Amino acid sequence: MTNTLHRFGKSEKLPDDYIVFAMAGKGFNDEGALEKAQTFLRAAIKYQPINMGNALVNALYRPEKNLSFLKLYFVGRQEKTTYEQLIDEMPGPGSAAAVFDDREKVRQFIQDVEKLDLGLSINVSALVDDVRDICGEVDITPHAVEYTLGFHGDTTRLPERDTLKLSTMCGHGMVSANFAKKMINHVKEGRIDKEDAAHCMAKFCVCGVFNVSRAMRILDNASKG
Amino acid sequence: MRISKEKCVGCANCVAICSVGAIFIGEDGLAEVNQESCVECHNCYRSLSYEHLMPGLTRTLRRMLKKVGLRFQPSPDVCPTEAITPQDLEWPRIVRRAFSDPMVTHESTGVHGRGTEEVKTNDVSQRIKKGEVGIVVEFGRPGIGVFFREVQKATRAMAAEGVFFEEGNPVTQMMTSTENGDIREDVLDERVLSCIVEITTSTADTVRTLNMLKEVCRRAETVISIGVSTVCDENGGDPLRNILEDQGYDIGWAKLNLGFGRVSNASFATKEN
Repeated sequence: MTNTLHRFGKSEKLPDDYIVFAMAGKGFNDEGALEKAQTFLRAAIKYQPINMGNALVNALYRPEKNLSFLKLYFVGRQEKTTYEQLIDEMPGPGSAAAVFDDREKVRQFIQDVEKLDLGLSINVSALVDDVRDICGEVDITPHAVEYTLGFHGDTTRLPERDTLKLSTMCGHGMVSANFAKKMINHVKEGRIDKEDAAHCMAKFCVCGVFNVSRAMRILDNASKG
Repeated sequence: MRISKEKCVGCANCVAICSVGAIFIGEDGLAEVNQESCVECHNCYRSLSYEHLMPGLTRTLRRMLKKVGLRFQPSPDVCPTEAITPQDLEWPRIVRRAFSDPMVTHESTGVHGRGTEEVKTNDVSQRIKKGEVGIVVEFGRPGIGVFFREVQKATRAMAAEGVFFEEGNPVTQMMTSTENGDIREDVLDERVLSCIVEITTSTADTVRTLNMLKEVCRRAETVISIGVSTVCDENGGDPLRNILEDQGYDIGWAKLNLGFGRVSNASFATKEN
């Protein structure tokens, strides 16, 4: 999940973004890891994560492949699956991720996961000082840390800030900068509301690490200029 | 990826969806994929909803509406006629998908996404040891893409500085020489959305290695995302942070491995014995 490491945005603007994910090491603890990853995600349900996913099966928000004209325009879509369905559909452990926008929920969830003693590697991507504080509060000594040093090389090729904030919430690049820009413009023009736009983008992030709450906040700010 | 001329109605929704901007509307008013630019990430095929409208009827309606100044425009995340069609990929083009589609598992490492566990499972793999620093250099991210020919320029420059390339990494697996940083010739003209080169250095050599990477970045024609990792001390702190801050890096976002993992595979115990 290097895909959660390089979220663009100033530190003070990232207080509502926490990704907790479980992963098995190939050849070390991947035997029986599917059930453990499912247990991990089931434990997250209690805290109502704003997104959830496993790249092997798709995320909480997913495209509907059997729309019809009548259904789309008169009934609406069923593009957000349930937590339970997602967990039941998982074919393998992959990286099981849950996204939160509330620090207290993260703290409690980490405590629960520690008690479950699944033996999977558990990682948290968020503001580092915040996670270290949480670790201190629940008496955990983290094993390792990975810092982002940001974007380098020919950065003149990057899009503008708000677009980048949205598109980098899927670190695999599945929320394209062009689509993020299109969503900002649609919200600005009143053609779509920010919640629908955030859910639209979330469907493209198959790992389920796209933070829809933060996306709505970014869209709201960007649309006001 | 291809877009069926028989099915496409030219609504252009897929144009914005493409992760690398490889889809465009051609002179015939229908969508096309620039095959050289396409990284086979399958994002358009996998993530657009389908409305199953009849292509002929939809095209006719669009033309009629256009004549009276109106426009039929499907919702922005819909391909109304299911026109996007994946193709069977052969070597070496299949490399594009392996590196660009997050749902595909890399054969060389058995890991999906970009094919490396890096520090995420370090509590069981001990890949990065105390006193070491892992550096993850991701070419093409965010959202620009990169050809392996350009990655090779960088890996050769890194190799010249004597770096250690992590073995359990799909780019290392495609190298013909880790001493020279050479990548196999037949994939050099393949473009991927991004790929990760992983190197390991000592804490003491971190600054020199980062300075070497600055030079690699200065010459790059794409964007590069860099992450650095290390093992925490008994208090949960680490020596890396001060080094990075002294070098002027702004520390904010990070990933912490909480250390809950443990080796449990029965086959691992057998192997150890």
